[in-house]
Amino acid sequence: MSRLLVCPPDYFDIEYEINPWMRRSNTVDHVSAVTQWHGLMHVLEREVGAVLERMRPVPGLPDLVFTANAGVVVGRRAVVSRFRYPERQREEAYFEDWFRSVGYDVVTLEPEFFFEGAGDLLGFSDCWFGGYRQRSDIRVFPLLSDVFTREIIPLELVDGRFYHLDTCFCPLSGGELLYFPAAFDTDGQEVIMERVPDGSRLVVPENEALRFACNAVCVGKHVVLPAGCPETERQLQSRGYLIHSLPLDEFMKSGGSAKCLTLALD
Amino acid sequence: MTTAQETIVLRGHIIDSLILAKVLDLILMMGGSFDLDQVEIGRTREDPSHARIIVRAPTLATLNHILRAIQPHGAVVEREYDCVVQPAPADGVFPDEFYSTTHLPTEVRLNDTWIDVQRVEMDLGITVDLQRMTARTVPMADVRKGDLIVTGQAGVRVVPMQRPRERDVFAFMESTVSAERPHSHVIADVARRMRLLRDDRRAGSGQAKVLLAGGPAIIHAGGRDALTWLVEEGFIHVLFCGNALAAHDMEADLYGTSLGYALTVGHAVPHGHAHHLRTINRIRAIGSIRNAVESGVIKRGIMAACIRAGVHVVMAGTIRDDGPLPGVITDSMQAQAAMREAIPGVGLALLVASTLHAVATGNLLPAAVPTVCVDINASVPTKLADRGSFQAVGLVMDAASFLNELARQLGRSL
Repeated sequence: MSRLLVCPPDYFDIEYEINPWMRRSNTVDHVSAVTQWHGLMHVLEREVGAVLERMRPVPGLPDLVFTANAGVVVGRRAVVSRFRYPERQREEAYFEDWFRSVGYDVVTLEPEFFFEGAGDLLGFSDCWFGGYRQRSDIRVFPLLSDVFTREIIPLELVDGRFYHLDTCFCPLSGGELLYFPAAFDTDGQEVIMERVPDGSRLVVPENEALRFACNAVCVGKHVVLPAGCPETERQLQSRGYLIHSLPLDEFMKSGGSAKCLTLALD
Repeated sequence: MTTAQETIVLRGHIIDSLILAKVLDLILMMGGSFDLDQVEIGRTREDPSHARIIVRAPTLATLNHILRAIQPHGAVVEREYDCVVQPAPADGVFPDEFYSTTHLPTEVRLNDTWIDVQRVEMDLGITVDLQRMTARTVPMADVRKGDLIVTGQAGVRVVPMQRPRERDVFAFMESTVSAERPHSHVIADVARRMRLLRDDRRAGSGQAKVLLAGGPAIIHAGGRDALTWLVEEGFIHVLFCGNALAAHDMEADLYGTSLGYALTVGHAVPHGHAHHLRTINRIRAIGSIRNAVESGVIKRGIMAACIRAGVHVVMAGTIRDDGPLPGVITDSMQAQAAMREAIPGVGLALLVASTLHAVATGNLLPAAVPTVCVDINASVPTKLADRGSFQAVGLVMDAASFLNELARQLGRSL
């Protein structure tokens, strides 16, 4: 059973521009956003079988809905994010409060170490990968490696449109990796090829990567991803995954999709 | 210093992720260079690795440019400390834990600023002047109670030598000693350097002196005329020797012998064994070698040429000396100090046929000074070469052959 942290989009909007997707002029259709969010929750709860923990939304924090950036959780331990941009730094206290309120052993980082949670830290059971350069500071990974006793391979993100690791890199439960190679420099691409065997690397075409095909939630054999990514779906289906594609374009206006809207708690 | 440098540290899973390789690539691509000072690889997959890297660049601006570029990849400038100084507890005594110098260019950090240590020489201490913000090496015997002496390793850094621009035998930054390799190309390179240095010196350079430290075998073996010619032609500017070289050189002038052997016919002459004593006695009676040359008693030879050419001569005595000649410094520490005074400005050193003077001179020389050590016994050049990162070339050959060939390459006709 998977538990996911989510936050309803009551105050979701575009109030600032901190990534290439955000345009304040690109108005969020609030009704549509709420509908899309509930559609995602419905699938996660009813079809995927995940248990959802809901945070209370906070007025003035439009991006609190993207709980993937709350921090990273392993077992009973939670490391709270330190956001790079002041616009999102105000979210930190609310995420920390939530972790404490449900009894997590909370680890906080020094303020100078930017770290944007599970948005930039993903992996398989034996090896994790950390995205850096756009948002998280590479220096945070050795600290997290000490906290969790895991190997963390830093990967440089070189395309501002893929500003978090989870926008271009999605490890799957069967050991495969869904990813968009051009979001990484050649060293990063080489390391990924070294660590993920041939045949397990599912390369997403650029047009689907730009629809955030990699920003998918994988629970067991279920994969939830944004609609409009047929080639990605075909590849996943050929590996036996059950596909749930959903309209999430209101959240793409902010540079987020299915994965960004959830945080794996277990 | 001609380069700027900073020490950085990288920590984490930096090997498999190619982060270390990326940082090193960036440094090189941006015109810098690096030394991997320390690399500790994690023992297990989960253990982080650690690298300490010295980054160098031709200018401070380039260095800062490099540091800005590698910082996003986790390179953190290592925190730096001022050097720790303690007063010398007594005359001639360093504080415990004093920093012992190398022969490489060295800097110490005073009030957050790296400053060059003057008069680089191995096996000394470093004394600092906090008012003037200067630092220089100081021999143990010369330290005075209360002098501020650098202790420990913090705030001290040694700068490895840059590869010389010249493409000659000295350019490979390795200390080579070989009896087997042909000597002529090495001697040709030495001759080329000497010609350049003489030109520089005539053009007013203060860093173009050629030092020769030699033993009496130069005279016995038949190298006297060649060395005299080199002095007369302005190729040698400093001479370090002992009592014997000077005595046998002047013996040759007065008696035509060297240690009693007739130099031209090669056999002992009657009562020849006393010739060098009579020579020393004669010069002692005159009062100085200079007087002997200027009064015409000594007409030709190395010492006469040195006096006429204004060569800076330091004669250091030993416990086996006869006499000694006037001007021979019999106190070893005073002799060492006199030799040390003559080192600044030396751009090439020739250490020929003298274990004692070659090793003593080698100890005084900064590593950056190209050095040629010539001896028929391979152990002497080897001993010098073992000092490491030293532009030393060892030639296992006899002194006369070396000097004759060198003079020939420089234009001497027989």
